[in-house]
Amino acid sequence: MTTLTREQTEALIQEVLEVYPEKAKKDRAKHLAVNDQTVEQSKKCITSNRKSLPGVMTVRGCAYAGSKGVVWGPIKDMIHISHGPVGCGQYSRAGRRNYYVGTTGIDTFGTMNFTSDFQEKDIVFGGDKKLAKLINEVELLFPLHKGISVQSECPIGLIGDDIEAVSKKGAKEINKPIVPVRCEGFRGVSQSLGHHIANDAIRDWVLDARDGAPFESTPYDVSIIGDYNIGGDAWASRILIEEMGLRVVSQWSGDGTLAEMEKTPKVKLNLLHCYRSMNYISRHMEEKYGIPWLEYNFFGPTKVAESLRAIAARFDDSIKEGAERVIAKYQPMMQAVIDKYKPRLQGKTVMLYVGGLRPRHVIGAYEDLGMEVIGTGYEFAHGDDYDRTIKEMGNATLLYDDATGFELEEFVKKLKPDLVGSGIKEKYVFQKMGIPLRQMHSWDYSGPYHGYDGFAIFARDMDMAISNPCWSKQTPPWKKLPETEELKKAA
Amino acid sequence: MANIMVGKNAAGAYSFYLPKRDLEDAIVTMEFDSTDKWGGEIRLNNGGVYYIEPQALPARFPISLRARRVDAAE
Ligand code: SF4
Repeated sequence: MTTLTREQTEALIQEVLEVYPEKAKKDRAKHLAVNDQTVEQSKKCITSNRKSLPGVMTVRGCAYAGSKGVVWGPIKDMIHISHGPVGCGQYSRAGRRNYYVGTTGIDTFGTMNFTSDFQEKDIVFGGDKKLAKLINEVELLFPLHKGISVQSECPIGLIGDDIEAVSKKGAKEINKPIVPVRCEGFRGVSQSLGHHIANDAIRDWVLDARDGAPFESTPYDVSIIGDYNIGGDAWASRILIEEMGLRVVSQWSGDGTLAEMEKTPKVKLNLLHCYRSMNYISRHMEEKYGIPWLEYNFFGPTKVAESLRAIAARFDDSIKEGAERVIAKYQPMMQAVIDKYKPRLQGKTVMLYVGGLRPRHVIGAYEDLGMEVIGTGYEFAHGDDYDRTIKEMGNATLLYDDATGFELEEFVKKLKPDLVGSGIKEKYVFQKMGIPLRQMHSWDYSGPYHGYDGFAIFARDMDMAISNPCWSKQTPPWKKLPETEELKKAA
Repeated sequence: MANIMVGKNAAGAYSFYLPKRDLEDAIVTMEFDSTDKWGGEIRLNNGGVYYIEPQALPARFPISLRARRVDAAE
């Protein structure tokens, strides 16, 4: 592939927009942009967090997915009831690969699906009674759970059930916290609002549970926020933070527990990995408890080292030394990984289309491998995400917000990247086009990708995808020119 | 009236956050900025203007406040 100039990229966007009717074209044009590093405010060049156009194939999820799937779901010792019809929870069950330790069904419940399985009569007569019954059943069958969250699906808001009242009553009966979450799927434009609602529910129902309770704190207490432990990510991050001398009090929400969440207000610093999904609660803690927060990036050795130093800068010299020690310890290992894979991957191009933080966070990791990201986009970002992205991306690269299936396909056809990083819905479309794809939501059944250990796996996976010999076998032998000529000669 | 959050960064500059719309921005000008009178009309980097009832300088940042929208951007 050749690097496009600004004009060529703009022309490409125009070309892709050509198929839309006038009105849709005008709307979509605002969501596609050519990156310009000089722009300070992203909203001057790209619009985000708007309703998707009816009729296009968007990749977005719903508010319920944002709350149950992302924020609440991984909290392992709570039971998260998908309140409403069975499908929403069942079809997304365990799909995010949030790893955890524990005995599933006894003291941890991460991969299980609990639902009130709404039927016609529940819609007509209301589901409050069913929910109350469900709470008691849960308590009877799984006595070791630490609490329940009620994750509303669309019908709950439509029929106007009072889940708050049922939850309060149930919590008294079973003497454990029950958190009603109003994350009906129809709210907002994407899963992003679900994150916000989930954060607000944590703020209102969980965080103040241990205010004033005794806690043995150290000056080095931190919490990891917005790491969902996909394929073990949070573990790979945690060991680095602990190695530099800090104490990780809580981990949100991958492999996290209710008790950890309740103890978070006691920490000295919140380390925020996924800004998009958990900045709300970090801001709240900053205001109420005076805990500062810090965004960090654990993808690729360059960014890890940068982040470790930034974290250490908030503490005393012993931690700063610790950070340097950690960086020095892993440096040779990382060099070995780079030496091995960089020659194979040098100069390859990547297009990304993911959610939350990855469209900008993983750029550094690709660059460490000598690869270049030529297009990136978010499903559900807001303006502040693009503000942060513009600086990370090269000039004249492509930015797409809430890209439709059609747009993404056309962009890939024209830009011909060596690798696409996106989700399962895109995977087979592009692989059938002959372009390798790695799922950057769930790490394609691999992982972790965070931290130093993760980078080694990341590099291997990218190499495996790109260097796989199958991509050169896309043209069937009888269509290959030289061989037909051979045949002609033989005839 | 909207709920907003006003913060202060390490450099001492004010920042603005509107949770309802998840809008984060820098505050470029603030009408009153002294210990006993603080607030008034605030102008954001994106061109939006909000009005905070003038009050004593808050003891701690960030702080959640009620503000009136005078002129929104976009
Ligand atoms: S939009 Fe509604 S019905 Fe669909 S998955 Fe989300 S909560 Fe369920």
